[in-house]
Amino acid sequence: MTARVAQLRRTAVPYVLELPGGLWVVVFFVVPLAAILSVSLMTGNSIDGYSLTWNFHIYPEVIDQYSTQFLRSFYYGLASTAIALVVMYPVAYWIAFHGGRHKSTMLLVILLPFFVSFVIRILTWQFILADQGIVLGTLKDIGLLPSDFHVLSTPAAVIAGLTYDSLPFMALPIYVALDNIDRTHIEAAADLGASRLQQFLRVVLPLSAPGVYAGILLVAITNIGDYVSAAILGGPSTTMIGNIIQTQYVENANYPTASALALILMAALLLGMYVYARAFGTRTIQEYV
Amino acid sequence: MSAAAGTGVLGARPSGPRRLRRFILPGYVVAVIAYTLVPIAVMILYSFNKAPSGRLTFAWKGFTLDWYKHPFDIPDLTSALVHSLEIASLSTLIATALGVPAALALARYRFRGRALSDVVILADIAAPSVVVGASLLGFFIYLGVPRGFTTILIAHVAFNVAFVVVVVQARVRDLDESLVEAAKDLGANPFVAFWKVTFPLIFPGILAGALLAFALSIDDFIITSFVAGQTLTFPLWVYGAVKVGIPPQVFVMGTLIFLAGVAIAIANVVAQRRRGPATA
Repeated sequence: MTARVAQLRRTAVPYVLELPGGLWVVVFFVVPLAAILSVSLMTGNSIDGYSLTWNFHIYPEVIDQYSTQFLRSFYYGLASTAIALVVMYPVAYWIAFHGGRHKSTMLLVILLPFFVSFVIRILTWQFILADQGIVLGTLKDIGLLPSDFHVLSTPAAVIAGLTYDSLPFMALPIYVALDNIDRTHIEAAADLGASRLQQFLRVVLPLSAPGVYAGILLVAITNIGDYVSAAILGGPSTTMIGNIIQTQYVENANYPTASALALILMAALLLGMYVYARAFGTRTIQEYV
Repeated sequence: MSAAAGTGVLGARPSGPRRLRRFILPGYVVAVIAYTLVPIAVMILYSFNKAPSGRLTFAWKGFTLDWYKHPFDIPDLTSALVHSLEIASLSTLIATALGVPAALALARYRFRGRALSDVVILADIAAPSVVVGASLLGFFIYLGVPRGFTTILIAHVAFNVAFVVVVVQARVRDLDESLVEAAKDLGANPFVAFWKVTFPLIFPGILAGALLAFALSIDDFIITSFVAGQTLTFPLWVYGAVKVGIPPQVFVMGTLIFLAGVAIAIANVVAQRRRGPATA
């Protein structure tokens, strides 16, 4: 009898350990996702309140109404991801292969922007890119730019903000993958007569792929769903889906529309991740995220 | 030194674009790093900018130390910063208390539901903030819970738990199980074995998880913006001030938070070096 109690106790241990944290995440992350499904199917208005009427029509309606913003979010999100990848791969490569004793210092420097508050990080770009700010103002004063030249409120400004914010997120997983490459593989390739370019293209690049995949995934999800860059650096013509969700939910109290948009965004991203995973393989992604 | 170190790494062939390695690539790396530091420089620079109206303009008006003499002169901003610090501290404490046992369970036991837990935790980390924030707000509205300090705290714990679990779990996995077995063989009961052996060994992981949680909480804007109600945190206050003009104190506080963060990071690196590679 006591043996069975002891056995039962041992089986119960992991559940008891996981229960409090697991419960918190289920109640305040999983359940809310399910809850907004029901909110999205409600009709009514912000004054009289909303009631559940199983209004599935909301989905085609909001897709129709906000397709521009959806497409724009994917365009800005993926463009900034691609730029961050191209910019940071060589940097991660250099630190991993030529960083020497200074690797950890260089990594810390790459991560320094993280120590600046997220909103301030974006806000400083408003100061840098402003029409009369230190950069454009100076260039205009010395006549290198026409006086009506502007960057703020354009898609370029929003993409620049998104890109800047993703540079460390992109660099880190790529660096980890590059740093984990067994150097003897490269030596073997060299011994077999591979040129430097071949060594890079056929050994280093494929072995760093898991880090690249992880970086792309991390940055793309964050940037497609972002609304801060568009709100601070953009204008009326650069509204992203995140801005719409935020405005509809918090300012207009139009809960069904905002919930439907959030779920569509989630579904679109999950679908994208699924296709991406099928195309490139996922086994290693989890190790980096 | 870097060029010399570089020659050996990619195989022993002397041919190839040596100039690329020696000048162009390092120059490019320096340029990118300099670019990533520009906003930090701008933040620090503008915290010294004169602002006669109390709001910063984009133009440079001259150097002043005034804002550092009166960093807490805007009561709303100061109370927003205090909220941020309170929420970050509390959510870190709760998330660590909840996350460490869960990490132990996931790393050391095989049990039904473990794979599902992994997926949920990964989803919690990877889900876009807008969706997490919107769904939590929908949930609170659905239940009629008034939004404010408590709902922000709940939201922050919900994402911080996942990060603590991931960081601590990695540390527990690296733990040499035979040390715990040895303690038990020597007569320690499971609790003594945990406090005397497991806990000290995973402590660096717990500390790293807690620091990450604190940083994520104090920095969070998007999720907080949904569940905050009338309560303002530091990032929310700053965002709200964008339309009316940023008081220089924002950049003073930003600079102080930046310096504190860097100091903690450096202290952490130094402490890990001193403890040796085992704790890296």
